[in-house]
Amino acid sequence: MKYPVAVSVNGRAYRREVEARTLLVDFLRDHLGLFGTHVGCETSQCGACLVTLDGLTLKACTRLAVQADGAQVTTLEGLLVDGNLHPVQSALLKECALTCGFCASGVVLAAKECLERKPVAGEDEVRRSLEGVFCRCTGYQPIVDAVRSLAAAPVRDLRDGATAEL
Amino acid sequence: MLPAFEYRSPLSVEEALELLAKYREDVKVLAGGHSLIPAMKQGEVCPKVLLDLRRMAGLSAIDPFEDGGLRIGALVTHRDLEISELARGRSPLLAEVASQVGDAQVRNFGTLVGSVCQADPASDYPAALLALEAQVVVASPRGERSVPVEGFIQGAFETALEPDELVLAIDVPRSWARTAAYVRVRHVASGFALAGVAAQILVEDGRIASARIGVTGVAERAFRLAVIEEQLLGREPLPGAFAEMIRGVALGREILSDGAASAEYRSHLADVCTARALRKAISRIGV
Repeated sequence: MKYPVAVSVNGRAYRREVEARTLLVDFLRDHLGLFGTHVGCETSQCGACLVTLDGLTLKACTRLAVQADGAQVTTLEGLLVDGNLHPVQSALLKECALTCGFCASGVVLAAKECLERKPVAGEDEVRRSLEGVFCRCTGYQPIVDAVRSLAAAPVRDLRDGATAEL
Repeated sequence: MLPAFEYRSPLSVEEALELLAKYREDVKVLAGGHSLIPAMKQGEVCPKVLLDLRRMAGLSAIDPFEDGGLRIGALVTHRDLEISELARGRSPLLAEVASQVGDAQVRNFGTLVGSVCQADPASDYPAALLALEAQVVVASPRGERSVPVEGFIQGAFETALEPDELVLAIDVPRSWARTAAYVRVRHVASGFALAGVAAQILVEDGRIASARIGVTGVAERAFRLAVIEEQLLGREPLPGAFAEMIRGVALGREILSDGAASAEYRSHLADVCTARALRKAISRIGV
């Protein structure tokens, strides 16, 4: 049996029919062709499948597509405006904070949520906010440094280039 | 891919109870999904019907009672409890625990009620819910009943919930000022509690007039330290004054033992966390 799902992803409305067992992450990748959201551990641990759902970061492997009916989803692709990187992405690039890039989908969205909640987050707060995303390359320090480099930035700058849900 | 199942998202309690009565053991109730969906992926549960609460009205609220208590609806998330002024003001202990559960994403979507229904022995909440003497509000075709959390959680992943019953909320009685604290030692990878202790004390005229202490992560289900609660009565609340009575608080129970922590180590952690939780609660007197 299939169920209707109407969802807004990165500001664009989609209507699809899915099986109840379809996970949100598979829906985004296989049904909508949005491959910025990665499939990592599939056990709610690694955070490579992070998206925001109605403004809150979510591991998209831990939600059914049918549960997202009526929701607003933002994926990594949604952070680009006119091809420009989000300030969090720029900061990660500047600090060489991503190596293989597999975890980037999670790191970027987790860091963005951290800074939206605590614009002047200290190191402990940044590390706590990143607990849900695993990076196997960097040892985290460059990621923390990159996020901290934005911690003093005015909130307005973070919102520039960000999606409508902010 | 998960095995196929039917998905239902009822709009009312009546409709939900009809589905539960019809499908009974074949149905699983979905709130935040942060215990259930991982369990389904592991094949630990294999429901034929998933009953999603998300369209049901009224379950997302934290409602105040006139006497100072709180009713926390089945869809209230850890994050809601962490940031709610009402919850922080009336039950700072519960808000403190909520802010420590899982990671940011678990807190964004996981729920208090879902966590209690999962009854994971390493869950943080039961320690606080026992210390707060919270009640689980359960609906069924026979009406509503309230069950103390202490009796609701019956063992590891076991609750007193009947197949045709639905948890609507958890009621937390009025808290005793801010003289409470939760202290735990986490499993480094999973973040779950190897031992966690919540302590709440009431001080009157410079003496401890009442104390409640809940311990989680150590045995198959959380438990109260009734003997120590009794011994604390009438004592002066001095930091570090109770070391002599906090020796082997978990002894006499079947203590969990696994690759992360032996029974002996968990028992030791229970003592350490009890001493620290009491010290921290006492440090909040007058704050």
